[in-house]
Amino acid sequence: MWEGFRHFADTYLMWNEGPLIWMSDVLILLTSIGIVAVLTYFKKWKWLWDEWLTTVDHKKIGIMYLICALLMFFRGGVDALLMRTQLALPNNHFLDAEHYDQIFTTHGTIMILFMAMPFIFALFNIAVPLQIGARDVAFPYLNAISFWLFFFGALLFNISFVFGGSPDAGWTSYPPLSELAFDKGPGENFYLLGLQISGIGSIATGINFMATILKMRAPGMTLMRMPLFTWSVLAACVVIIFAFPALTVALALLLLDRIVGTHFFTILHGGNPMMFINLFWIWGHPEVYIVILPAFGVFSEVVATFARKRIFGYGSMVVALMAISVISFFVWVHHFFTMGAGADVNTFFAVATMAVGIPTGVKVFNWLFTMYRGRIRMSLPMLWTVAFVPCFAIGGATGVMLAVAPADYQYHNSYFLIAHFHQVLIGGTVFGMLAGMYYWWPKMFGFLLDERLGRWAFWFFNIGFYVCFMPQYALGFMGMQRRMYTYPADLGWGTLNFISTIGAYLMGIGFLFMVAQIIYSIRYGQRDLTGDPWDGRTLEWSLPSPVPHYNFAVIPTVEDRDYWWVLKQQGRTQELRPRPEEIQPIHMPKNSGRPFLMGVAFFVAGIGFVFNWYVLAVLGLLGVVACMVARAFEYDDEYHIPVEEVQHTEAALGRL
Amino acid sequence: MANASGQHTAFGPGPGAHGEEEHKHGAGLYIAGYILSLVLTAISFWLALTRAMPLGPLMLVLIILAGLQIVVQLFFFMHVTEGDGPPWHSMALLLGLIFTFAIALMSMWIMSFHYQVQ
Repeated sequence: MWEGFRHFADTYLMWNEGPLIWMSDVLILLTSIGIVAVLTYFKKWKWLWDEWLTTVDHKKIGIMYLICALLMFFRGGVDALLMRTQLALPNNHFLDAEHYDQIFTTHGTIMILFMAMPFIFALFNIAVPLQIGARDVAFPYLNAISFWLFFFGALLFNISFVFGGSPDAGWTSYPPLSELAFDKGPGENFYLLGLQISGIGSIATGINFMATILKMRAPGMTLMRMPLFTWSVLAACVVIIFAFPALTVALALLLLDRIVGTHFFTILHGGNPMMFINLFWIWGHPEVYIVILPAFGVFSEVVATFARKRIFGYGSMVVALMAISVISFFVWVHHFFTMGAGADVNTFFAVATMAVGIPTGVKVFNWLFTMYRGRIRMSLPMLWTVAFVPCFAIGGATGVMLAVAPADYQYHNSYFLIAHFHQVLIGGTVFGMLAGMYYWWPKMFGFLLDERLGRWAFWFFNIGFYVCFMPQYALGFMGMQRRMYTYPADLGWGTLNFISTIGAYLMGIGFLFMVAQIIYSIRYGQRDLTGDPWDGRTLEWSLPSPVPHYNFAVIPTVEDRDYWWVLKQQGRTQELRPRPEEIQPIHMPKNSGRPFLMGVAFFVAGIGFVFNWYVLAVLGLLGVVACMVARAFEYDDEYHIPVEEVQHTEAALGRL
Repeated sequence: MANASGQHTAFGPGPGAHGEEEHKHGAGLYIAGYILSLVLTAISFWLALTRAMPLGPLMLVLIILAGLQIVVQLFFFMHVTEGDGPPWHSMALLLGLIFTFAIALMSMWIMSFHYQVQ
């Protein structure tokens, strides 16, 4: 009995690995007990189920995405700090090689797939239907499924840390290292299944928002009157729909290699590991554009709002977004120039890569020209936007350096590359998402985030960023390679690494200030009573904050770009207030618990495949099928909000 | 009703339109499509497993079968020839075809390693 327990604990709970795991177990246990206790004490279980777990409301789904993104930002950030602590000194043994491998793998995977992706989806959900004058997304039920697949995919990936062991073949998971012969543990299976499950959700979100933007716009909202954030979401959706299937295929084939013994990516029996790398980056490069395009959209909204000017070069902005989304499919080889596909191949992809700089440059100049002679207010969203411009410009310039194929043979997989992509992903995506979070926070929650604490967070994070990553460019030139867990003292890398670690901790402090800011503002933040705290330009600011669940009591008819701003200028804002005689019963989708249950079923199936427990896998998949069949026979999934209720709500908000 | 013009409803192409769809097609079209796709899949598996022909022609036949599979999906399940409003789906299909061919052909170009000494 005791022996059996010890065997289980050592195999699955990894209790033989030492205090880091024990501490995590205790923390996870205490947090879970805390959550359960609070929910029980305040009798909130029903509220949790009715209001959140079963919701199909895009605004609530957006908030849940945001919470997940921030939590994953925390975990990815802790991973980063552990790595920087290990690298601070030469010959350090804070972590051993195996743990270091696991930590850089989870850091990369979490930051891209479980932080950046839910963060952009949070903003998609929160802003897009409001900006185009819609009552929800095109497929609200599918939207809930997308979220829960993401959630349980992320949970599956994260649980590997304390149950079975983390993946350790890098976030790119190249074979042959990630094949069964070299990577026995279940960690790699966790990676493959976690990504696969959340990837299904991502594709569905791409389809959902493309349909929403193309089919659900309010009357008069022509494509060329759409806000630029909505345009950027459309561009990102094009990339999601066409890029994610490549990842699905790559992961599925690698999983087949690992669990049923096929040979797609082994040298044996005619397989080719390079094909995985090719497939991975067919998705992987477009993926970075997926996460940067919505950030560009946020900057376009923020710049116009806080410079109090119409965006400069709207048409060229749209063309640039679309051009980037198409070119993004013709650059992927620059991730493996050193594979040696040939001079002609490398030349083509090098030139295509540099070409991306052109539309991006157009956008940067358009933002600068929008600011030029504007009456700029340096509120938090604008602060992050202004910080983005130089950061992204440097990151873009080093990107063009990396695009020079012959030179890339020197930079490849060095800390120069690490510094480059952190600069564009943090300076671009993270700054953009934070700007978007600050910008739409009052719309989500009805109060503003505290400026003073936000500025502390901003300066710590920004200064920390440069202190952390500028030395890494130099370290790259000095020959330091990525993913090495320690280095000898006589190479002279010690000082720069130590400085870099200080920067990482400064960024960590910046994050803590953000947490403090949110907690402080829940209680003391300035309440948004007007619904338009930033003097905004687009339709979402014509609604009260937080927005009633049906969004628009009466769907507006749009006559111009930046319509809300135009109406304010002409003193016609009253036109967007509902008139009692115009209000009609509002057709809405019903909540459903099935998306959540489907996520659970996928999770069970995932665990089954990870450990090759096929009974569990089959049970999970049967659960998925049962959910789909139940949906197919569901006829009563919509209702109408009666006129009196809408009138009552609008009157309570002082809008009637 | 609020959904008089289709665009105004909370969920345009969702269940609201569902009832009409079923009237238009009935189950026959779906069953025919389902059987066709099963047959196409069975043929390709049978060809691959029995190695019924040499590798070169086999690959060509499999690619053609895969192409037919796409056509079946598009016509029987997704009804590409129907729809109102601007022809977004044609544009999306065209873009998808461009990306598919570009990615497939370029992958073949990349993975041939034709500059390397064999």
